[in-house]
Amino acid sequence: MINLDNVTFRYGRKQPVLQELSIQLKPGHIYGLLGSNGAGKSSLMRLMAGLLYPTDGHIRVNGREPRRREPAFLEDLFFLPEDIDLPAITFARYVATMRAFYPRFNDEQFRAYLRAFQLPSTIGWLDELSLGQRKKFIISFGLATNTSVLLMDEPTNGLDIPSKAQFRKVVSAALLPDRLVVISTHQVRDLDALIDAVVLLNDHELLLNAPLEQVSQRLRFEISGRDLPADVLYAEPSLRGHAIVRENVDAADDTPIDLERLFNAAISSPQRMKTLFPAQKR
Amino acid sequence: MEFNDKQPIYLQIADYVCEQILQQAWPPGERIPSVRDLGSSLEVNPNTAMRAFDYLQQQGILFNKRGMGYYAADDAPDQVRAMRRARFLDVELPDVFRTMTLLGITIADIETRFTAFTQATSAA
Repeated sequence: MINLDNVTFRYGRKQPVLQELSIQLKPGHIYGLLGSNGAGKSSLMRLMAGLLYPTDGHIRVNGREPRRREPAFLEDLFFLPEDIDLPAITFARYVATMRAFYPRFNDEQFRAYLRAFQLPSTIGWLDELSLGQRKKFIISFGLATNTSVLLMDEPTNGLDIPSKAQFRKVVSAALLPDRLVVISTHQVRDLDALIDAVVLLNDHELLLNAPLEQVSQRLRFEISGRDLPADVLYAEPSLRGHAIVRENVDAADDTPIDLERLFNAAISSPQRMKTLFPAQKR
Repeated sequence: MEFNDKQPIYLQIADYVCEQILQQAWPPGERIPSVRDLGSSLEVNPNTAMRAFDYLQQQGILFNKRGMGYYAADDAPDQVRAMRRARFLDVELPDVFRTMTLLGITIADIETRFTAFTQATSAA
């Protein structure tokens, strides 16, 4: 469980990157963290990982404050940054060193993940790997740590086409009821069937935090003719007419979610979005 | 895995399960793959796969044995056909009617084609 209570974060005296953010994330789910460039996605992940400290407010990850960096916190959270810097040591040396920090690290799983990504077992020096290979290596390592919290910043960037499918397979299989996964991404089409909840940041604020099941109960994603319905939240031209997002009046009749359109609808009608998805009370 | 944008993903997964049942890949009374295995092989969130299983359980197509997993019901193929039939009549046919109205195609036109079609397929 991750709890943010009124968290504000700014670098020095600049404008806040995140302003009065309150979010609750629950285990057993894969959250997709979406937001425009500069919306604060990476900062939010670093705050959760204890790499940045909130300027104001409180963060709790499984009851612990990330900024304290207690061993019990660090051994139970894995953060995969967007840019991966691996040291100039061998594969074997890295694994032997790093696994010591993760008591639930599983060798068998690690080898299975490497195989799934078709990483050659003859990897020598880590600094000689390509970007894609580095990603595959660190994703495999991160999943094998079996931490209860897994934060991944743009994990599919740099992965080749077959690896993206493998990524979805292994992350789906790795989601256990007590595990919480957060994936930040701009590549929504890579992940739209993998995530089951969405956290949307806009303008330094939380705009939406909802399970996708709830999104499809409250919003419809449809194609409409030339005349747009009056209650439309968002419309864009498409070959078959307008691709629209509107309120769903019959929760039992749900349409498939288009994450790109959800994102565009949210940032073009932020107030209506907040009314439709009020922040949870605690 | 490619999903279309016509139906929610959990219903597309439910369709996939139904197809396996109709094709007798997953025969009645036999255990079918777990939510976790199916979710992973279809590259979807396991909670979405669970939702598909819940839905099929409500329809009487699957049943759950505590601690053992999910099984296709004894009359699962009949249930699947009944569900498909209802969907064709309630959802797909009205779409056909809309297109017919738009293009001025009559039931008589359809009947001629349908007769020719059934004769061709029974002769084959």
